Amino acid sequence: MALENVALEHVPSGYGVYVGFFRDVTNADFLHQQLLSRNRDFEYAFIDASSVISRLHLLSAVYSALNTLLVGALRTPNVHSEIVTSFNTNNNIADAYRRWGITPGKTKDLIVVKIISPTAEGQNGFSATSARTPEAIWAHLTEHVMGKPVPVTDSEIAQATDWPKVRKYYRLNGVPALEKVADKAEHQRKMEQLAIMGMALRGL
Amino acid sequence: MAVPHQQQHQFPLPQILTHPSSSPALLITQGAEGRLYKTTHLFPDRPCALKYRPSKPYRHPILDARLTKARIAAEAKVLERCWREGVPVPAVYAMDAANGWLMMEWIEGVPVRQAINEYLGSGESQEGQEEAEELGDLMRRIGRVVGALHKTGVVHGDLTTSNMMLRRQEGEQKGVLGGEVVLIDFGLAMQSMSDEDRAVDLYVLERAFASTHPRAEKLFGMILEEYGKSFKKATSVLTKLEDVRMRGRKRSMLG
Repeated sequence: MALENVALEHVPSGYGVYVGFFRDVTNADFLHQQLLSRNRDFEYAFIDASSVISRLHLLSAVYSALNTLLVGALRTPNVHSEIVTSFNTNNNIADAYRRWGITPGKTKDLIVVKIISPTAEGQNGFSATSARTPEAIWAHLTEHVMGKPVPVTDSEIAQATDWPKVRKYYRLNGVPALEKVADKAEHQRKMEQLAIMGMALRGL
Repeated sequence: MAVPHQQQHQFPLPQILTHPSSSPALLITQGAEGRLYKTTHLFPDRPCALKYRPSKPYRHPILDARLTKARIAAEAKVLERCWREGVPVPAVYAMDAANGWLMMEWIEGVPVRQAINEYLGSGESQEGQEEAEELGDLMRRIGRVVGALHKTGVVHGDLTTSNMMLRRQEGEQKGVLGGEVVLIDFGLAMQSMSDEDRAVDLYVLERAFASTHPRAEKLFGMILEEYGKSFKKATSVLTKLEDVRMRGRKRSMLG
């Protein structure tokens, strides 16, 4: 099973973070339609992997959304849509869905995040019907996401990253801190950090 | 191993630190406005500094919430601006301004103040010529960093040798004064391009040197020399510094 349970620091017990990755997805249209129709069986964060840099980048957005949920400050219908908006550097929700969410006809590589909450089912924006155990989540995902499951590693994510797009979204062109950094790994680490900082300072 | 640190917390923890983590949060400093904890960001092997501004019971709740949020946000903005411009400051990892906290990169190393004291107190400083060389090198690095900071349009507001770290890179052997100078604690920082504000920043640093490192005071000139070369308007800041020295940090309220 390629669904990974990620243990994050400072997350209350009872909450679960599950991540999965599908390459070469062929039914983005169908998945997008389930989100639009608010199908409660599809309570996932569907993230276009071409806009993601690394695990650290991904999990920073997940943590930001979880914190928003915990302090009761959600600005979108649930924690899953909040994850998608957490990638953005501004407060434009539609913009965030377009850039980091699933796009019909465009999304090929799809990262899926599922948050399990300990609160009573059906409350807090959580569906009473969607799957809760890792096995059930994975069964549901593999049934409906048409793509090749791969582990959520930095090297798999790196293969999907569309850098020109990421540089545009996080305004990484012409940044003085990135000039004169000869080492490629160091350069990428700095871009990743700038993206995370942009997310942390969203809307400022 | 004894009982975990939990019982040592004399202040209530911010809510975010009450959730489970691999190691307990460590209170590093307690200032008038906020507290600094050492904790972790996302993973156990990713240390971070968490700055927390607790709410003040004596303030009106609406004003309190607004001030806390604005101050955390202002500090984060200044850090981001400096980082983008390549000034060595901690990176911002996460923030919840409404709840009064800011997570930053943990800078591994010692404050410049401590490094200088260790250096002066140890035998390393007894080698005459070499002393001037090693200390002088540190002074020039400080001058460059402060110059780079001011060049970006930020003044620190509390520039002391305790608010500068010497970052230790792994496997580096450069003596106690080695490492990259990193500026920390931007709680009083503001965006300003005025000679006056910049000169006051330098003056505060000069006073801090005079009071904590009497032997290093004569080296302060080397900081200014390097500072003067670091950006275009630096020379007029140094001229202004003369005025500030004559009257002190506060501008006269007369006339």
